[in-house]
Amino acid sequence: MSSSRFVITVIGLDRVGIVAGITQIMAEHSVNIADIRQTIMNDLFTMIMLAEVTSENFDLTAFQEAMSNIGKELGVQVIVQHEDAFRFMHRI
Amino acid sequence: MLIHPEEILETIKMVTNEHLDIRTVTMGINLRGCSHPDIKVFNEQVYTRIMRCAEKLVATTEDIQNLYGIPIINKRISVTPIAIVAEACQEEDLSSVAEALDRAAQETGIDFIGGFSALVQKGMTPGDLSLINSIPQALASTKKVCSSVNVATTKAGINMDAVAKMGHIIKQTAELTRDSNGLGCAKLVVFANAPEDNPFMAGAFHGIGEPDCVINVGVSGPGVVNSAVRALQNPALGDISECIKKTAFKITRMGEMVGREVARRLDAQFGVLDLSLAPTPAVGDSVAAILEAMGLESCGTHGTTAALALLNDAVKKGGAMASSSVGGLSGAFIPVSEDQGMIKAVQRGSLSLDKLEAMTCVCSVGLDMIAVPGDTSPATISAIIADEMAIGMINKKTTAVRVITAPGTKVGDMVEFGGLLGSAPVMPVHNFSSETFIARGGKIPAPIQSLTN
Repeated sequence: MSSSRFVITVIGLDRVGIVAGITQIMAEHSVNIADIRQTIMNDLFTMIMLAEVTSENFDLTAFQEAMSNIGKELGVQVIVQHEDAFRFMHRI
Repeated sequence: MLIHPEEILETIKMVTNEHLDIRTVTMGINLRGCSHPDIKVFNEQVYTRIMRCAEKLVATTEDIQNLYGIPIINKRISVTPIAIVAEACQEEDLSSVAEALDRAAQETGIDFIGGFSALVQKGMTPGDLSLINSIPQALASTKKVCSSVNVATTKAGINMDAVAKMGHIIKQTAELTRDSNGLGCAKLVVFANAPEDNPFMAGAFHGIGEPDCVINVGVSGPGVVNSAVRALQNPALGDISECIKKTAFKITRMGEMVGREVARRLDAQFGVLDLSLAPTPAVGDSVAAILEAMGLESCGTHGTTAALALLNDAVKKGGAMASSSVGGLSGAFIPVSEDQGMIKAVQRGSLSLDKLEAMTCVCSVGLDMIAVPGDTSPATISAIIADEMAIGMINKKTTAVRVITAPGTKVGDMVEFGGLLGSAPVMPVHNFSSETFIARGGKIPAPIQSLTN
């Protein structure tokens, strides 16, 4: 792994408390936000975050599960992927 | 932000809506060190060797799947052709080897293991013969073992004795797996010019020119290509080719990244990336749908071969730019049972066996996952194989035949296999006999194109 940065994508219908709920879980797992961008695309709330993890023994599966659970509570889809998934795919 | 939000959303759309996936991660394992005259010792050594190499294969691919958020559908193993490594056993029945392979497959948790194979394009050794004779029993008594026999190459010609034999073997395999609609035939492929690094079943084996342990990856994305082509506004065919190229590039990059990371973590060599548009039974993940998106009313009508040629070439061009290790059987696969669009085309009457054969001149493999009536004679099956082998031999390309003669079925019936294998409508074959031609045996000599030194 070249870095431990993750792209977190949140897609769903807009409502109060999405950002608060998501960032709460991130804080609990010591995941830092390096960059954040939020747009409304096709009437959908779309938030994309670049998140950084410094801890050596970071449990990705547990974090993904927690994020997915909070997503379900908030009625949005939350996807956590390593940044290389995007870097490799679109760029030479 | 260094990564563009649109790229992120595009990737997510490809995965969630358009079935982009890594179709296979296949670990190739060399078994040459396992040879032993006592078949019991041999089987134990094969089992131990596979377990040692592939113990962490499934867990590692699952970790990678989570890390990148890209689904990895199948985890597979291919091994050195068993006919080669079991030659020393001098046993007539090699089905116990298949059982040992199956046991290792079950315990490592993989989906399929390929390599119950023989290469007999020029002739058969006693080991090859034992292996071929053991195929029906081996496929009937195991769940995950796949088998292949290479009967022709451009350099060697076609071994028609082997072709004639395979007609009978396919019939026997169907008969022994009668309870599951002849499922055994779905795990048996007859090849011309078989590649040594193909990660796709049932034809995968670990070639003798390959390293000790290698990770090959098969990527697939007909759904992604289909929606990219459909999104174009009134395109010319050149624009379609350009669009497919760009999409293939992205899919390939994804596969390479996954393959290299899996190989690194398992301490294996990274082999090839097989960039193939291999359909799945899921709606929207169809190669036929792409051909229809180009403007054909139904796959199989006039123009289909040209459309497929365009598709296949564009896929390879996009892939070649994205990775230096594109190999295997890259291009488009056209299995009938695994492709909703193909199934519909057969049912509509627009796609026949003859048209499929013509299409195989420009596609990746050949007559794949095609169900024919249960009473089709072994000679007719051999003749279908011979035609396909001739296309491969003359055109210096890989071709294969995987037909299913589900016992008791007739034209128009549906044969169900489940999972990735899907379901196939039984297609008519020609009723005129090929008996005398096949019974002649011998060899069809290598064509003049083979003299290329």
